[in-house]
Amino acid sequence: MKHLLVSGHRGCAGCCDAMATKFTLMGAGEDCIVVSPTGCLEVMTTPFPETSWNVPWIHSLFENAAAVASGIEAALKAMGKKGNTRIVAIGGDGATMDIGLQAISGAFERGHDFTYVCIDNEAYMNTGVQRSSGTPFNASTTTSPAGKVSFGNQRPKKNMPAIIAAHGSPYVATTSLAYGKDMIAKVKKATEIPGPTYIHCHSPCTTGWGFDTSKTVEVARMAVKTGLWPLFEMENGEITKVRKIGTPSPVEDYLKMQSRFKHLFSKEGGAEEIAKIQAIADKNIEHYGL
Amino acid sequence: MATKGKLEMEKMVVVEGSYAVAHAVKVCRPNVISAYPITPQTHIVEGLSQFIADGEIQNCEYINVESEFSALSALVGSSAVGARCYSATTSQGLELMHEVLFNVSGMRLPVVMTVVNRAVSAPINIWNDHQDAISQRDTGWIQLYAEDLQEAADMTAQAFKIAEDKGVLMPAMVCMDGFILSHVYEPVILLEQELTDEYLPAYEPLNTLDPKKPMSFGTLADPNYYTEFRYLQQKAMENALKKIEDAANEFYDVFGRYYGGLIDEYQTEDADIILMAMGSIVGTIKDTIDNLRQKGVKVGLLKVRSFRPFPAEAIKEAIKDAKVVVVLDKNISLGLNEGALFTETKSCLYNTKNRVPVVGYMIGHGGRDIRMSTIEKIISEAEEVMKTGIKLESQFTDVREEIL
Amino acid sequence: MKITIGGVCEPGTSLVNKTGGWRTFKPVYDYDKCIKCKLCELLCPDMAVLPREDGYFQFDYDYCKGCGICANECPKTAITMVLEEK
Repeated sequence: MKHLLVSGHRGCAGCCDAMATKFTLMGAGEDCIVVSPTGCLEVMTTPFPETSWNVPWIHSLFENAAAVASGIEAALKAMGKKGNTRIVAIGGDGATMDIGLQAISGAFERGHDFTYVCIDNEAYMNTGVQRSSGTPFNASTTTSPAGKVSFGNQRPKKNMPAIIAAHGSPYVATTSLAYGKDMIAKVKKATEIPGPTYIHCHSPCTTGWGFDTSKTVEVARMAVKTGLWPLFEMENGEITKVRKIGTPSPVEDYLKMQSRFKHLFSKEGGAEEIAKIQAIADKNIEHYGL
Repeated sequence: MATKGKLEMEKMVVVEGSYAVAHAVKVCRPNVISAYPITPQTHIVEGLSQFIADGEIQNCEYINVESEFSALSALVGSSAVGARCYSATTSQGLELMHEVLFNVSGMRLPVVMTVVNRAVSAPINIWNDHQDAISQRDTGWIQLYAEDLQEAADMTAQAFKIAEDKGVLMPAMVCMDGFILSHVYEPVILLEQELTDEYLPAYEPLNTLDPKKPMSFGTLADPNYYTEFRYLQQKAMENALKKIEDAANEFYDVFGRYYGGLIDEYQTEDADIILMAMGSIVGTIKDTIDNLRQKGVKVGLLKVRSFRPFPAEAIKEAIKDAKVVVVLDKNISLGLNEGALFTETKSCLYNTKNRVPVVGYMIGHGGRDIRMSTIEKIISEAEEVMKTGIKLESQFTDVREEIL
Repeated sequence: MKITIGGVCEPGTSLVNKTGGWRTFKPVYDYDKCIKCKLCELLCPDMAVLPREDGYFQFDYDYCKGCGICANECPKTAITMVLEEK
């Protein structure tokens, strides 16, 4: 198999970015052009004069990947070179849900034919685990630390797939590193559907979340099994497919795997806070019919 | 060298400045136009949108982006694919692009952009000065300033030729004064498609984003490499010095019109007093010089067409026999109390034997009208400098003391 | 190596960076247990699991960082992480 992302990249051992990108490229295929905003993925794959990419790749800035993708699509169309070439933007949660949201909104509203993949590891990992709008409730990050009077981040995750779906995107799907073949199939589908499509991949970060490098996939799986990360597909705004989880695991099983939640198990009042997280999972289970 | 070439009257049509520029862009055959509306740039992009709607620009996509930031960001992608790219903006829009400006030049993407010069907020003000473009002088963009409508149109084709040259590959701004040029109707010759095709060959990029040859663009340079990237950009700017001259000369060969290369001169040959300026103020200065020459005042004008790259050698040569140099700037570096052209002109003389006094006037901020009487007053003050030396090195012009 | 205009890079060139030296533990196959399910190949974030002609796999120790995901996920516990001898 020819790898479209090759060895030698500087990602941490057990890196979720590398795995999510590998799955993305397996779904998108060789005839694609990738845009990356600034972030771990960009830094670890392209220290001049080296690159880990075997597909054409461009990085411009932190907040503009969707705009750059728009320009690539428009240029290929104008010059009669579009053919079957897929344009895929791959950005982290900060680049997607925070600083790049305006450019993404513009690109989806304009209807460019491209796929945006968000590798969501729930904080700004490249700069040292600062809180983003993807950080979950009660997670401790370096800018939302747990402390004597705080349980960490006090806001729930932004519902990015819903925001994209509200733009009229023909295809929005959530994925998990624990379900690689599912992700590859969803990316393939997303890139084959004309128009702007979106994949949101839940991506546990060994360094930022605090778990052993061997547990990247296991942590991802537990997020799905608890109902905290629902796997679904939306076509033209309607949920068309959901991965059933059977008997859900309690959220403690997920939280206790990660040091970003360890304060919930040591601090007074932690049990009540865990109950609030359980309520988020329960709501997901009900809403999506997991 | 003075402006040369005759304007062929029978070819002239009366159009708005913005239309002349939009038409010039059209005949340059862009592949992607990406822009966000902002006064006083709007008439250019409206004109281009209409051309697209009427099917008059082949093989071109117009992207209605949601901000200036995305306008230029989209062109990063388009240009990397090998498209000829154009945008237009002004003032707040240009400032919003700041981060992308560095990115485009660092990636050596020859995007061309019209900057319809306007003051920056606060206070918000939609009228002309040069603070917007001058504030972007270190971003690695070529900056050319047009004197009138015809030059703004012609400079557009020249800018593509300069930017896309393999020895340059740097983006270029064509700066034209907001309202004064963008919204005025004057007779101009619209660039002919056949002549433009003869003048401007298709863009041939060094590398493109292509699945058949999958290169990586926009990589990370650590301290071992970063210096060399900046060095090469500076070398490219130095190459542009010659290319700007060549592009003007070649334009003359094809179209028969010439306004100077890096600079232009007017009545400088025997001038004791040389005024320096950029943009539409040049016309007012020329009229003032004509009047004063009749009265025997030996005054001339050095028009700066290229602010980046800065034409230090051409400027030094042009003012070598002057007894006083007066620099007019439509911008200010707050805290220095100087305009940029003044500061840089002084700077380029410092290590030379030419000790000519140089004085600066900051003028026309936020669209304040510049009258011939004001220019005359400045010239009479320059005559005093010749006699008694510099009293005030740099100053605001026409400050309304009564409302302070 | 020369500086390229705009910092453009040739594809796949990070292969010169042998990341195997990062490793503390290294994965070792027990081929008697392996069922050739390919999960290790799929999940490796460093593309350091190479297919063999017989359908089994081998580790590319030039690049394997020793994260242990393959061992953790192997459905037949056919991969063991052993301390790297240096």
